Amino acid sequence: MSNAPVDTGRRRFLTAATAVVGGAGAVAVAVPFIKSWNPSAKAKAAGAPVEVNISKVEPGQLIRVEWRGKPVWVVRRTDAVINELPTHDDKLRDPASAEMQQPEYATNPLRSIKPEYFIAVGICTHLGCSPTYLPDSFGEQVEGVTSGFFCPCHGSKFDMAGRVFQGVPAPLNLVIPPHQYVDDGTVIIGVDKGVA
Amino acid sequence: MVKNLINWIDARIPMTATYNRHVGQYATPTNFNFWYFFGSLAMLVLVNQLLTGIWLTMNYVPTAEGAFASVEYIMRDVEYGWLLRYMHSTGASAFFVVIYLHMFRGLIYGSYQKPRELLWLFGMLIFLVLMAEAFMGYLLPWGQMSYWGAQVIISLFGAIPVIGDDLTLWIRGDYVISGATLNRFFALHVIALPLVLVVLVFLHLIALHEVGSNNPDGIEIKKNKDENGWPVDGIPFHPYYTVKDIMGVAGFLIVFCYVLFFIPEGGGYFLEKPNFEAANSMKTPEHIAPVWYFTPFYAILRAVPDKLGGVIMMGLSIAVLFVLPWLDRCKVKSVRYRSTLHKLNIAQFAISFIVLGYLGVVPATPTLTIVAQVFTFTYFGFFVALWVYSKNEKTKPVPARLTH
Repeated sequence: MSNAPVDTGRRRFLTAATAVVGGAGAVAVAVPFIKSWNPSAKAKAAGAPVEVNISKVEPGQLIRVEWRGKPVWVVRRTDAVINELPTHDDKLRDPASAEMQQPEYATNPLRSIKPEYFIAVGICTHLGCSPTYLPDSFGEQVEGVTSGFFCPCHGSKFDMAGRVFQGVPAPLNLVIPPHQYVDDGTVIIGVDKGVA
Repeated sequence: MVKNLINWIDARIPMTATYNRHVGQYATPTNFNFWYFFGSLAMLVLVNQLLTGIWLTMNYVPTAEGAFASVEYIMRDVEYGWLLRYMHSTGASAFFVVIYLHMFRGLIYGSYQKPRELLWLFGMLIFLVLMAEAFMGYLLPWGQMSYWGAQVIISLFGAIPVIGDDLTLWIRGDYVISGATLNRFFALHVIALPLVLVVLVFLHLIALHEVGSNNPDGIEIKKNKDENGWPVDGIPFHPYYTVKDIMGVAGFLIVFCYVLFFIPEGGGYFLEKPNFEAANSMKTPEHIAPVWYFTPFYAILRAVPDKLGGVIMMGLSIAVLFVLPWLDRCKVKSVRYRSTLHKLNIAQFAISFIVLGYLGVVPATPTLTIVAQVFTFTYFGFFVALWVYSKNEKTKPVPARLTH
């Protein structure tokens, strides 16, 4: 051992420097441990956005696509349907869509980006059954409303904007998934507007 | 021969000294009563959970495809598999019964007060880890209630502003609860959390033995020692309290085995009925209720009409217990020598906790929600009132020696 006097300032600096470098290393090592909890590439692929060609959908027609294991509906609403939507607000639980069951850009009276196309996750907000589309005979369920969705499991009813009627078990409006239009005939489901 | 062996070991590690310090010559107050059974019983249940848990992993398959079937396999085909699993599931409920009674003991006799604050904090951490352990364990059978219970609890994190959605995604490792979630919960349930739990129990005991046990009179026996330095009101832990605790174990096992063999599902409260159906992401059970030991906190969550507000209140209802040693500003520990007001406050707190526990089990109705709000208020009221009156509380004189 040398008998040179102890330079405490230098010693303190070296201790601090070692601690900082070691700390940075510990943080860096934490990254893989934390990141490994994110969805894997496989899970991401299974949950990837779905591109849908809607150019051939007839007025009044409903098509189903699968996104993240759930049925997603694309309905082309006719003018008659669109005009009918604002007329039964008093029969709905949440006519103004106050509960955020839809993205910001679909928080409007028609709950859609384009008035013509209604896109929603086709799963009842009650217990997860898939409601039936009744384009003409919905009047049997709710008087004075021509078309809507009726859940056969427990009788929940939704209008053509996916808004739930009063007096049924379902508590909330149907979920509108994030989606955006690429061009007039193509919509991508699962991506918010302006993200991709 | 044996003596030589002991000497050989003692020259290398402090075996005898450690035994004497923590068992053979650990001075315990002479007046422990019924309430003092639950610490050792908690240890017993922990050992039960560790042993049966290890044995269950030998046949359990931690995948979304295999989990439910492997539990059925354990129940039907593995020799004594049903017993091991029921010991584990009944043990989980027993753990919380024992821990809640143990905490209540600490509450009434002031065992959290100076100098036992750290002891209390370690205990609270054990409680917290235990809740995480129970929650993750409940997902593993992959039944309907496993799945949807986890769905509800994980979505609570979604209420956190800004990072909520990414956080839930990170916890699940998928867009829905899936095999990825099941696998990580399995890893945490069988390795990570038990390790943490055992370390915390060790620290809890070290902290206890450093400051010494409290007692129903709330007097420090170390303040009155004889000429040899042994507390006048103390007796060695072994054989006096080892024998007493064996009594407690016998009593506990009678109740435990009755449940284990005759009502292992606990009437749907220990193992909920929807959990006998495999997890189905397309079908939500009619009524999702957590297992009974979480229901007081769940009732507080539901009592608040706002999602984020509810999550915060639920978090606070547990967090406030951590700071109990600093909320109680009274110098007298035991409820025996404290004011009538304090006795009433503890009584109303116990009632609030039980009523909230009941409310968390049943479906919410508008009336019951108001009831839950009232009892949420009284639950927190306990702590506020305690802080206010404990500063200048009118207490009775504390005796110099233990009473029996």
